[in-house]
Amino acid sequence: MLSIKNLHVAVDARPILDGLTLDIPAGEVHAVMGPNGAGKSTLSYALAGRPGYEVTAGTVTLDGEDLLALEPNERAARGVFLSFQYPTEIPGVPALTFLRTALNAQHKARGEPETSAPDFLRLARTKAAALKIDFDMLKRGLNVGFSGGEKKRMEIFQMAVLSPRLAILDETDSGLDIDALRIVAEGVNAMRSPDRAMLIITHYQRLLDHIRPDKVHVLAAGRIVASGGPELAHALEAEGYDKYALESAA
Amino acid sequence: MSLARAIETGDLAELPSRRDEDWRWSDLRGLIRVLPKPSPVRMERLIVAAGQTRRVDLAFVSAEAGAQVSRIVIEIGEAARLVLSERYEGAADSLAEVDLHIAVGRGATLHRTVVAADSEDAVSVSRADIALGPGARLAQAVLTTGAKRQRLETRVSHPGAGASVRLDGLYLLEGRRHADITTVVTHSGIDGVTDQLIKGVVRDQARGVFQGRIVVSPGADRTDARMGHHALILSDRAEVDAKPELEIYADDVVCAHGNTVGALDEEALFYARQRGIPDGDARAMLMEAFVGEVADRIEDAGARAAARAWVAARLGVVT
Repeated sequence: MLSIKNLHVAVDARPILDGLTLDIPAGEVHAVMGPNGAGKSTLSYALAGRPGYEVTAGTVTLDGEDLLALEPNERAARGVFLSFQYPTEIPGVPALTFLRTALNAQHKARGEPETSAPDFLRLARTKAAALKIDFDMLKRGLNVGFSGGEKKRMEIFQMAVLSPRLAILDETDSGLDIDALRIVAEGVNAMRSPDRAMLIITHYQRLLDHIRPDKVHVLAAGRIVASGGPELAHALEAEGYDKYALESAA
Repeated sequence: MSLARAIETGDLAELPSRRDEDWRWSDLRGLIRVLPKPSPVRMERLIVAAGQTRRVDLAFVSAEAGAQVSRIVIEIGEAARLVLSERYEGAADSLAEVDLHIAVGRGATLHRTVVAADSEDAVSVSRADIALGPGARLAQAVLTTGAKRQRLETRVSHPGAGASVRLDGLYLLEGRRHADITTVVTHSGIDGVTDQLIKGVVRDQARGVFQGRIVVSPGADRTDARMGHHALILSDRAEVDAKPELEIYADDVVCAHGNTVGALDEEALFYARQRGIPDGDARAMLMEAFVGEVADRIEDAGARAAARAWVAARLGVVT
């Protein structure tokens, strides 16, 4: 489903990703863990097509289609969703208005009919309730005045409504207390499906206690330096990243 | 010295120039080389009797290559209410000045909405002198797409004494258009309130000007005055000039002003595109959110709906 080969990405002409290769088949959840500065967020932004993240070599395909040739909104319409580490506040645009505009833009790009207003509201109510989001909050400016935890829940809520093919969760656990972490993890687990791939980017193992990944990869100095099963996350938690930092520096 | 005097006398020397401090960003003398033969002055008087409520629409249409001066006198009686809509439509190469003298009686209300829809080749000036009685309410919103040169000026004499003023404006400028929103509010008595929010978006080589002055005269204690001007500049060659001024000569006064000029939030733009919204639609959505606040503050429901539609149409918002 998602296939990343030899990906090199530079930011401000500084190389960050240095030959990253990663395959995530449909139906699987992969975790990428790594120390600060390893290039975790760069990976998520490069996949989403953020301006300023320049791909200098390598390929990324989703279901065989070249993602790198597409605009960010075209990638979204193909099913790429990024849960932001720091979700943006958009004053003056109510969350529901924003999300309905996004959903219908994706439908339009895929040649599908619009979701009617009543159908959209029904969908939004159901998904919000599952994530314990107060529906009135969705009538306020997107993320404006929300706490860190509320913003993360809003990201998962948007993911649930947009129902992407590939979900990238960038440090979704940061800023979450124990209860919010559980709610968010349940929301993510509810979306596991045979035709969806998920990439969970995290520094800590604790989110992976709630969302059990099929594979865990270690990202250090811009490339994947180790891969394994869920047990690798526990080993990292116990031993830290020092070993990999030394290896990649050697 | 004014455009009106120049039109009436045929004397170019009567035009305000950049040497006049108050007109330095909206020079007319350097711009206008020929004064066309003027049409007869349009004069109107409108009286709203005490306790009455009226809605009045005034349209000022200037003919191509014409020159027109209009003088409007409006008296709003005690506890009366006027919902006034003005629309300016200056054709190409027209010169026009509209002068309004408005007296708002004790406890009366004026809702004034101005839509300036001039041609890009028009020169247009509107000057309103508004005198408020004690306890009067003025709620004004000026919406403009600019002109070759355009000035929308409002001067309010504010008696305090429970009178309150909202003096908002919105400019959306493209091409080589120019718009100047100038306001002066003079508080002369205690317990007056003024609240002002001006927002603008300029692109291409357009130029937006905001000059806002709030004077709190000696004795106008306990005045509460707030002024905000916020603009987005969407191109390197567009320009915004702002001069917010608070002159305070009284005690126990709350006065605040904020002035920001910046670009569209790139973070928000990427966020919206990541969710699937195409670039152009995302920009329109963010701009509408930015300027929509001004339309949302309009108290009269009909005028508010019209202002929202005006904004959406100008920004090409998808709904």
